[in-house]
Amino acid sequence: MFDRRLLQNFDWTLLLLLILLAGISILNLYSATYPIREMGGTQIFRKQVSWYLMGFAVFFVMTTFNYYALERFAYPGYIACILLLLFVLVMGKATAGSQRWLHLGPISFQPSEISKIAVILALGKFFLEKADKRYYRLRDLWQPFLLVVIPAFLIMKEPDLGGAILLIAVSFSMVLFVRIYWKSLVILVGSLVSVAPFIWFGLKSYQQKRILTFLNPDLDPLGAGYHINQSKIAIGSGLLWGKGFLRGTQTRLHFLPEQHTDFAFSVLAEEWGFIGSIILLLLYLFLILRAISIARNSKERFGSVIAIGLIAMVFWQVIINVGMVTGLLPVVGIPLVLFSYGGSSLITTMAGMGLLMNISMRRFMFQ
Amino acid sequence: MRPSNFDPATVDIFNRQLKKTTIFVLIFFVGLIFRLWYLQVVNGWKYRAKSENNRIHLQDIAPLRGVIFDRKGRLLVDNRAAYDLALIPEDIQDPPALLKRLDELVGIDIKETARELRKGLQHYPFKAIRIKRSISRNELALVETHRFNLPGVRIMVSPERYYLFQDLAAHVLGYVGEISERQLASGRYLNNKSGDLIGKAGVEKKWQAILNGIPGGEQVEVDAAGRKLKVVSQKPPVPGANVYLTIDKDLQARAEKELEGKVGAVVAMDPMDGEILAMASSPSFDPNMFIKGFDRETWKSVVGGKHHPLENRAVAGQYPPGSIFKIAVALAGLQEGAVTPDEKLFCSGSYRLGKSVYRCWKKWGHGNVDLHRALVESCDVYFYQLGKRLGIEKIAEYARRLGLGSRTGIDLPNEKPGLIPSKKWKLKRWGVPWQQGETISISIGQSFVLVTPLQIVSMISSVFNGGRLLKPQLTERISTPGGEDIYLFHPVERWGLGVDNAYLEMVKKALTGVVNELHGTGKEARIKGVLVAGKTGTAQVVSMQKGERSGNEENVPEAQRDHAWFVAIAPVDKPKIAVAVIIEHGGHGGSAAAPVAKKIISAYLGMN
Repeated sequence: MFDRRLLQNFDWTLLLLLILLAGISILNLYSATYPIREMGGTQIFRKQVSWYLMGFAVFFVMTTFNYYALERFAYPGYIACILLLLFVLVMGKATAGSQRWLHLGPISFQPSEISKIAVILALGKFFLEKADKRYYRLRDLWQPFLLVVIPAFLIMKEPDLGGAILLIAVSFSMVLFVRIYWKSLVILVGSLVSVAPFIWFGLKSYQQKRILTFLNPDLDPLGAGYHINQSKIAIGSGLLWGKGFLRGTQTRLHFLPEQHTDFAFSVLAEEWGFIGSIILLLLYLFLILRAISIARNSKERFGSVIAIGLIAMVFWQVIINVGMVTGLLPVVGIPLVLFSYGGSSLITTMAGMGLLMNISMRRFMFQ
Repeated sequence: MRPSNFDPATVDIFNRQLKKTTIFVLIFFVGLIFRLWYLQVVNGWKYRAKSENNRIHLQDIAPLRGVIFDRKGRLLVDNRAAYDLALIPEDIQDPPALLKRLDELVGIDIKETARELRKGLQHYPFKAIRIKRSISRNELALVETHRFNLPGVRIMVSPERYYLFQDLAAHVLGYVGEISERQLASGRYLNNKSGDLIGKAGVEKKWQAILNGIPGGEQVEVDAAGRKLKVVSQKPPVPGANVYLTIDKDLQARAEKELEGKVGAVVAMDPMDGEILAMASSPSFDPNMFIKGFDRETWKSVVGGKHHPLENRAVAGQYPPGSIFKIAVALAGLQEGAVTPDEKLFCSGSYRLGKSVYRCWKKWGHGNVDLHRALVESCDVYFYQLGKRLGIEKIAEYARRLGLGSRTGIDLPNEKPGLIPSKKWKLKRWGVPWQQGETISISIGQSFVLVTPLQIVSMISSVFNGGRLLKPQLTERISTPGGEDIYLFHPVERWGLGVDNAYLEMVKKALTGVVNELHGTGKEARIKGVLVAGKTGTAQVVSMQKGERSGNEENVPEAQRDHAWFVAIAPVDKPKIAVAVIIEHGGHGGSAAAPVAKKIISAYLGMN
């Protein structure tokens, strides 16, 4: 039995924005892998296309059920996710290999990506159940604090500093959204600042070096500062209109590091210039504004809060990645959401977008 | 349908929070857009330039150096392929082992090479680094044989200067060597860069700018590793022009052969136009040695050697002219009317001035001699008296008119001026007034007066070519590789002697007598079938305290023996060649130097 209202509330704009982003991403990836097309570049390109196809499939699957049902699975799902994170950490240690990936036959994925959605859902459930508060105090928040800190710690241990930072940023945004006493906020931020030195010394030396180089990229232009400098050169040299498709010299001659993953935006900025960069940023902005309106139209607290979590997930990835490649933020290794090469991130994000569409489609069910 | 879990108040709160969220998001996006504006629009061109610098490397293409020919178009200096040893840092597997191996094979500077290698590896790992210039054929064979065990080693071929006849005309040709920091900084070598070989002496130095050519360049696109991908644009180099010298290779070889085992110099010039036909200086050196660089021992022997092999004695050797100077004194005496051609002065074998006694080389004296005989038999006492009549200033004036004591202006670097003393010079240099006795010594070319062999050959030419003092020149022609002449020889007259032709004729006749008359001092230069004129000279090395001229030279240690001079010109009626010869510590000019001049003239005129 199909409810016509589901279709009426289908957000076509959201879908269109996703399709446009997918198109630009694939086009850009073609260029980014063009110079290495004989060394596996073509394969990378094909993989991303198929991941996008899978992503859209996941997107539609995520719209087929009532999202509110997820409320019941939020905590079990969260626990399963923590177990997966522990598993890859231990397995990785045992095999002295990568500690990020979970291999299931032919498919490999990163539990750290799924954990973003799991944490958003778990926080959504928590704020649904503890909805009576106008403002939250710190003592109310010890549970969500644990919900975030445990996976964030595990992800940082992988080591994936970017993933951990992102998880904290998303959760913090959600807490800010559901409102927290300003005194509690001051204490929270104050304690974060006071533990910063401990975090600093807990970082791997290459991570420390990245932050130092960020503070002064000219310190070692051929060493650690190389990535930031070359990325800035790529972006800046695009000028207003760019050098043209496949004509980015920084890209073509391998001056850009990780040009199909973390630095994919630099490729676009070099070849399509300021205009191209702005168009991509505007697509993200419209996507986020669209998601905000979905959150507003939801008549129900669970949906609104997880919509905010999903918005924060997209927003912070865009801000941190673009900030990073333009030299505003340290190179922490966060790919550009929906744009960089990478299956796990893409599938996870598309699942999140499907969830967002789900919330939009089922807003009529609540009065 | 479920009931909403919102109460109206919560809806209000959420809507307010969503508004704040929207503003928050917009602020951040505007921030990013400003950042992109700043990078791509405000500073875009700066980054565009940087990306071009990243991508495009400029590589110089060295021009081929011009070659050098003799007057008959015979090649003297050429360029040949040289093999340089180079390393590609990226291809090396075990740098310390490789360097050690290379050192065993061909000998390299391990420390310096390792440093260069580290630098290369960091910046452009695919760019070849030259570690040894011009390895020998043997070394090349060694490296080639072990090539498979030497990953990262490359042989680069580059042009190298080659002096075909080793030390032939070495002082004229000069040599090339690596440009120094000072020269680079001087701004006079705009077409050269660090590591270039430039002319350091001789013609190589004199015509450096013309021989060098103009370097070309190419813009090559490189990737992040420094790998050369393609040539973007190219400006071909302009090869250097070729220089044709006035030197005759055969005569030059002959002159050098005559000097073998001796220390001295020979200059042969065409007396009618000033073209240098041969210029030899002994001991000599092989300019090819300067290209590879020396080991310390060789360098010491070449540069610091006892007889300074690098010095071109023909233009930079300054000697007292001895009796050759009598030509100048004779012309001065005639032109100034201090003596008539027929006036006879008495030579008793010595001449007394105040308390000093000045001796003639002929112990028993020449008796009554006129100017002709005084020159032919080189009577010292005659010229003591004539010199006293003239005074130092007149003598100096005529010596200078004859080109002595000043640079001739020949197209070679490092020419020395020699010295013609005057009263003013003495006061300034020594702070004491002129002594009349010094005039007496100078009348026979001793004491302070210093000349170069080149000045002497130029002087005799001016006497025989009608009184024109010519600038000696070495360059016949300079032409581009395309065959276009950019310089052609033309005689340059420095000035006229200002001596009446009749007097010149008298001196010419006397100088002919020197070689051809019974008592002439230059009989050794006599050639059957050609009328040769000349003048002997003996330059004192140790001043004779007791006013004695050297006696039996075999008894004198070599270092104290006199320098032997001879200047000659032939044929007298229509001169074709003038030759000046100096043999250091050779003794008497007539016996040591005249035979050398004779052989050179014979060779040039095709006599035997």
